[in-house]
Amino acid sequence: MNRLFAFILTAMLISNATPAKAVEVQEIVSPTGIKALLVEDHANPIIAFRIAFRGGSALDPDGVEGLANMVSGLIDEGAGDMDSQAFQGQLEDLSIRLSFSSGMDTFRGTLTTLSQNKAEAFQMLRLALTEPRFDDEPVERIRSQILANLRQKSQDPDSIAGEALFRKLFTGHAYAKASDGTTESVSAITAGAMRDFVSRRFARNNLYIGVTGDITASELKQVLDDIFGGLPEQSGAWALPQADASLDGTVYVTDLAVPQSAVIFAQQGLDRAHPDFYAAYVLNYVLGGGGLTSRLYNEVREKRGLAYSAYSYLSPYDHAALIVGGAGTANERVPETISVIRDQWRLAASNGLSTTELENAKTYLTGSYPLRFSSNGAIANMLLGIQMEDLGSTYFERRNSYIEQVTLADVNRVARQLLNPDSLTFVVVGQPAGLDDSQ
Amino acid sequence: MWKSAHQKIARGRNLIGFVLGVIAGLVLFTQTASATVFSPETFMLDNGMQVVVVSNPRVPVVTHMVWYKVGAADEGPGESGVAHFLEHLMFKGTPSYPNGEFSKILARNGGQENAFTSYDYTGYFQTVARDRLELVMGMEADRMTNLVLSSEDIDTERLVVLEERRSRTDNNPSALLREQVNAALFLNHPYRRPIIGWEHEIQQLDQDAIIGFYRRWYAPNNAILIVAGDISAAELQPLAEQYYGTIPVAATPARARPTEPPHRAERYVTYRDARVRQPSWQQVYLAPSYVTGDTSQAYPLEILADVLGGGATSRLYRSLVIEQKLAISAGAYYDPGNLGPGRFSVYASPQPGVEFATLIAAVEAEVSKVIDQGISEDELSRSVRSMMASAIYARDSLSTAPRVLGAALTSGQTIEDVESWPDRIAQVALADVQKAAGFVFNKNNSVSAKLLSSELPNE
Repeated sequence: MNRLFAFILTAMLISNATPAKAVEVQEIVSPTGIKALLVEDHANPIIAFRIAFRGGSALDPDGVEGLANMVSGLIDEGAGDMDSQAFQGQLEDLSIRLSFSSGMDTFRGTLTTLSQNKAEAFQMLRLALTEPRFDDEPVERIRSQILANLRQKSQDPDSIAGEALFRKLFTGHAYAKASDGTTESVSAITAGAMRDFVSRRFARNNLYIGVTGDITASELKQVLDDIFGGLPEQSGAWALPQADASLDGTVYVTDLAVPQSAVIFAQQGLDRAHPDFYAAYVLNYVLGGGGLTSRLYNEVREKRGLAYSAYSYLSPYDHAALIVGGAGTANERVPETISVIRDQWRLAASNGLSTTELENAKTYLTGSYPLRFSSNGAIANMLLGIQMEDLGSTYFERRNSYIEQVTLADVNRVARQLLNPDSLTFVVVGQPAGLDDSQ
Repeated sequence: MWKSAHQKIARGRNLIGFVLGVIAGLVLFTQTASATVFSPETFMLDNGMQVVVVSNPRVPVVTHMVWYKVGAADEGPGESGVAHFLEHLMFKGTPSYPNGEFSKILARNGGQENAFTSYDYTGYFQTVARDRLELVMGMEADRMTNLVLSSEDIDTERLVVLEERRSRTDNNPSALLREQVNAALFLNHPYRRPIIGWEHEIQQLDQDAIIGFYRRWYAPNNAILIVAGDISAAELQPLAEQYYGTIPVAATPARARPTEPPHRAERYVTYRDARVRQPSWQQVYLAPSYVTGDTSQAYPLEILADVLGGGATSRLYRSLVIEQKLAISAGAYYDPGNLGPGRFSVYASPQPGVEFATLIAAVEAEVSKVIDQGISEDELSRSVRSMMASAIYARDSLSTAPRVLGAALTSGQTIEDVESWPDRIAQVALADVQKAAGFVFNKNNSVSAKLLSSELPNE
């Protein structure tokens, strides 16, 4: 069943031949039907797994916000016969790196191990997913750490701004929830709720797996069943409606006594599967995506010294899509920063990009793509991503052609249709001069 | 677990945070069960510039770095922040590449770049396709000596640096406390000043100060070229000679820094801030580094920090967080990578309702225990084993080797030191660890620091 795809990185470089290096993406299917993508690399005795279950903190029940986050902190705190100290002690003894995290749409796990300890490492991943203990001691300890973190985040301008943006944009939708929960909700999470989460949310039908490193295809086939074979076939059902972001150009202000305001903003984006996604991607690179060369970077930072960073990025979620950006700027200069950003938005919407900007964007985006293949973990993560976005196992070979195909007409049409300076909605956390809430 | 789905890390060109936080982490990367760690090749150019090559042929990509043996601790009095300010301005332009052309050309060629400033070094790097290496070598060599700065460039960039300072320091109570702790810990050494600079001195840095610093320190004989990726030393050598070997030697001054007098008194620092919602405590001790002070203690101290406070099974975490339930978090930290003196810290953050006196007494009980009884054979071997493993992990990523080697070579160490790190760690004996504990935990060399809310009752 394994199909082999040779991915010749040099084919994607801008020009010139260099020695061909192949990153071969293999489609693996275990005897019981569990799928994964694999890139073998035997240069170092290291194996990296990146896994994800679809369904994240947006599914936390009302009143139990923070459940996914708390589960992610606890399933490596004791599983099977091992209590917390035994489990953590074995991870440390064998230098196995295992951790979990939750996002709005996904629950993720990362496992990195030396080849010599792989059997134990796989076993520990299996135990964490299928037999977590949720003993009282670690539950209360991790709860107290989460509560401390929530207390501290309540005074951090960037954290406040991020949560406020989603609360304002998605009022009435699950995306408005505080993904790490609140003091009240986290205090109310029980071991029973976490066990229920594990049994309903970790299943084979919503599982994605990317693997890179010192493991062969035939071995991985077997290992997939060993680790994940015990998971239920189907996850519990859920339904989240499409979220309609409320983007009306408001500038929301949250007062916080800090010398520098956190400024973040958003407008409508495009779904990952939208036919114009790559045109929007190129457009955003020029507008606010390029490290030290974007228009926002140039106008906000280089010309005016308004902020240390100024950026924007496409942010597609499972049930909504945004373009999100930000800057950190001195309180007295917030109005100027907002107006420069809106002006840049207006300029791009009405005039689009120049031919040179488009060409420069393409050579950057295609030429820098191989730079992402920088470690086993990075590659495994990309293998995970292309499955979750349903891009196909040959995506690495095709990706640059999607960038190349974007025409000036495309990108300028998308700029006109998509960029809307009047809908650009801001959240400012700090004590900005001359801005009242809801200006 | 401490992640928010909503957060986006702001990008910037200056990775001070990386450097501040990770030196000890980097050191912990550099270990292996075999004789070597990164197996670099090295040679010298005629003008005294050292070249280091780490071959890693995974993809046809190279990381190209130039490290200067100068950092914030080499600044003159009243000029705090000049090393970092200059690092920002290095992106402005030269006659050959004016108006930020460097970054634009690099981006057009699919390259990524950044720079960082620490106490002991300043570094610039680009990651590019192998066939673009010469392009970046030409541009990086050019800006080693040909930087041109207008007063307008400087004044605008000053605003950016001040925003960076607000973002990293002024908006963050822990960072503000860190500045106060360093100023109290180091009585005389320039590590007492923040890398980014004091705000009033950043305000006053002028063209003469900045260009003077550049002329004094930026020269091939004070720089190290490190290239990692799909290249060998034999392939790099002619390119290095062509682009860097032709730059004239300069009369770079010796790095003569003020040193510490004997410390005679324990110091206490308390910082109150309305934004603090989780109080914390730390005790920071002056400690040897790999190259300064009683350097024989450095390797045993690394083991000590790991056993005492390196993770979820360490003594401090187990005792304070798990068993006694006094603390939210607790641990220890040691940073041996400095050219000057190092720091050894223990820290804890109390559970609500726990008094500082109780918390500190519990930490001190663990400290006394390790001074009196040392660590166990089992703890030693577990710690050594975990350090050996992380050296293998360190070989995985393209960027780790050049960062570790660059930091070491600009901070008084040699390639041999980095490569024999695992052997030296493996040679640490039980008695060495106990001796190092007795040596480092001298309160007269320390600062005891509390971070408190100015609004909430804490004790």
